[in-house]
Amino acid sequence: MATFKEFRNNVKPNWCPGCGDFSIQAAIQRAAANVGLEPEQLAVISGIGCSGRISGYINAYGLHGIHGRALPIAQGVKLANRELTVIASGGDGDGFAIGMGHTVHAIRRNLNITYIVMDNQIYGLTKGQTSPRSAEGFKTKSTPEGSIESTLSPLEIAMSAGATFVAQSFSSDLKGLTSLIEQGIQHEGFSLINVFSPCVTFNKINTYDWFKENIVSLEQFPDYDPSDRVVAMNKIMETNGMLTGLIYQNKSRKSYEDMIPGFKPEALANQELSITQEQFDQLVAEFK
Amino acid sequence: MISQLSWKIGGQQGEGVESTDRIFSTALNRLGYYLYGYRHFSSRIKGGHTNNKIRISTKPIRAISDDLDILVAFDQESIDLNARELRKGGVIVADAKFNPTVPEDVEARLFAVPITKMAEELGTSLMKNMVASGASWALLGLPLEVFNKAVEEEFGRKGPAIVEKNIEAVKAGAEFVLEQAGGPLDDFKLDEADGKQKLFMIGNEAIGLGSIAAGCRLMSAYPITPASEIMEYLIKKLPKFGGTVVQTEDEIAAVTMAIGANYAGVRTMTASAGPGLSLMMEAIGLAGMTEQPLVIVNTQRGGPSTGLPTKQEQSDLNAMVYGTHGEIPKIVIAPSTIEDCFYDMIEAFNLSEEYQVPVIVMTDLQLSLGKQSCEPLDYSKVQISRGKLVKDSPALEGGELFKRYEFTEDGVSPRILPGEKGGIHHVTGVEHDEVGRPSENAMNRKLMMEKRLKKLNNLRIRDAIRVDAPNEKPDLLIIGMGSTGGTIDAARDMLKENGISSNHITVRQIHPFPAEQLKPHLENAGKVIVIENNATAQLAGQIKMNAGYADKIESLLKYDGNPFLPLEVYKACKELS
Repeated sequence: MATFKEFRNNVKPNWCPGCGDFSIQAAIQRAAANVGLEPEQLAVISGIGCSGRISGYINAYGLHGIHGRALPIAQGVKLANRELTVIASGGDGDGFAIGMGHTVHAIRRNLNITYIVMDNQIYGLTKGQTSPRSAEGFKTKSTPEGSIESTLSPLEIAMSAGATFVAQSFSSDLKGLTSLIEQGIQHEGFSLINVFSPCVTFNKINTYDWFKENIVSLEQFPDYDPSDRVVAMNKIMETNGMLTGLIYQNKSRKSYEDMIPGFKPEALANQELSITQEQFDQLVAEFK
Repeated sequence: MISQLSWKIGGQQGEGVESTDRIFSTALNRLGYYLYGYRHFSSRIKGGHTNNKIRISTKPIRAISDDLDILVAFDQESIDLNARELRKGGVIVADAKFNPTVPEDVEARLFAVPITKMAEELGTSLMKNMVASGASWALLGLPLEVFNKAVEEEFGRKGPAIVEKNIEAVKAGAEFVLEQAGGPLDDFKLDEADGKQKLFMIGNEAIGLGSIAAGCRLMSAYPITPASEIMEYLIKKLPKFGGTVVQTEDEIAAVTMAIGANYAGVRTMTASAGPGLSLMMEAIGLAGMTEQPLVIVNTQRGGPSTGLPTKQEQSDLNAMVYGTHGEIPKIVIAPSTIEDCFYDMIEAFNLSEEYQVPVIVMTDLQLSLGKQSCEPLDYSKVQISRGKLVKDSPALEGGELFKRYEFTEDGVSPRILPGEKGGIHHVTGVEHDEVGRPSENAMNRKLMMEKRLKKLNNLRIRDAIRVDAPNEKPDLLIIGMGSTGGTIDAARDMLKENGISSNHITVRQIHPFPAEQLKPHLENAGKVIVIENNATAQLAGQIKMNAGYADKIESLLKYDGNPFLPLEVYKACKELS
């Protein structure tokens, strides 16, 4: 069985020293090993942005696609080979701005993949513009007088889109994050894990210290029941979206793959491409 | 006895025009006639004039006719809009309910049949299409039992009582009109057909069928006219073969999902039309850059923007050839017959894996939606080729990666699927090295660009150009693409009768352009006319740019939303020669 070291490769990330993304990378590697995966059984599909580079930093199959489209690519991979564990990953701009349309529909569709958003509330790779996750009044290069748009709440959106697994974490909490990623991988359906990942270069507001002060861990509520949708939604709103932990899980809804008529449990990619002459004749018969 | 005639049914959209046409033509197909259909419809669901026209022939035909023999009209508007298309002595079968009148300048025989009344007497006005089609079928003197069989199949699901009622409706219409006309019309009596079994389908169905035969098991698509029938066909069929269709949230998701599925090893397609293709452009670049197989069908319609969404056009050629930023290898092929729609899909999937490039199959609305006879399809001709797909590659030594983008002589590298132990590599739309890792190294960049672009250096598809060249030195070489071939051939028959010799070339490989194959034909022709459904002569532009001979190339363009008619092509050719 592979250890987390086997999910490492020799590529040095081009992230700034201190970037939250390093811990997320480590958590994915640990979680993959902890759930018993071999590197070739994992596919990491990422978008564009600093965070999008993550697929190249993990020793596994990886595809670094185009901006905002990690989710549809990841869903295509999963449909073609459901035996693979598929993790989609990207930043808050990737998933909640340009790719928001895909995020909502991937949640609705509920394929058995895990989506890890590295949420730093800013655009890093383009050197500091506002993101849909930026707070109102947040000053950036593109909002010199402060953002005048409201902040998007991905957890509320996910809940209302019918998510079956919603979690949030903080990059500094390696242990908690690793555990959530494991649970996300093991969840039979779409799992969203939003991870606060401070940008040490461009975001001087939402810093490590800021998160430590503002995060509300679910550990504080021993009676919290993540299977209750109303409770989950209330908790998200009460904490202004700063909640961390496993917020909601619906174990009863089947994954998309399990609901496709005639879809086999084996990888479609390994199935026969040819059909028989008899099958072909049947197809043609309706045109006579 | 006649060898061909044209029949048209018109009414309000949602009034049963489609189903009448379907039953009428299915019955004709059973008798072995060659059929070619044309749908005139609008982008709305109910209301608005719509009509379906079928040409019926004892010989192969691939074009609508200039005129019309029989018009079945559910309302006066259908007569007013279509009666002038009737040949002298043509026939109108109309519902007596609206007191039909024939325009003064039209010489036609009118049969006013109480279509709605008869249908209502039998139980429901819904059956008026049965009364109408029964009446027109009877005028042709064709065997009623064949027609009834088609009715039985159309309504069988609804139970024997419904079938019986509909057959009664057919009979009522037939008997009424025969009494009025004094029996079947002698001058509408068709020669017997060859009786050989043909298929009767639309291009989009042939594309769907071809995709299944090619091993396509997934489709991700967003609904759009005139492409939706492909996904609708495949969602009915793919589950039987373990696959499925995903209706995505938009065309960007459709194409990127297809890229992901192809990357993971399943032959996956998407299909769309102009606006959707515009949305897919960035992702087509990703497929080109990361060398993923990808098959996209573009069923062209009237552009730009929303344009004429239900009308014929061939104006996406340049967008397909040049679209996406940067430079990638890409194949664009244009089926020109219903049979091509089937066989070209097999070719498209093979090419996409052999060359690891996006392949765009470019049809047009008339080819995609025009229902027509198709010669029997030969499944034994279907060969699946997956190119340099590697299986069971030896395990990689510590830290080593699979050279997915290895520099090779032909530019095509070995490809391996996720899940293979010895195949781990990286894939990125960023410029990359042989194992897929990002690289900005200038030498690597140059080599990688050259590697990708040289893949198509020697590409030749089956019939890159389809040549019908009976004349060594023709007065005229007529060049077209897509659905226009049948119309061009019909025009050539008229040219021949008038002493003008012509050759005909259909360009099927649009990109890379098969210039060398075309050159000798351009050289030998007196004059060249390129016929296309667009306003800026895009095909002619490709020919001039790639093969030369600009001084002898003329264009006939049509961009009013309608397909060419044989007479239009004939007149333009005659004027030129």
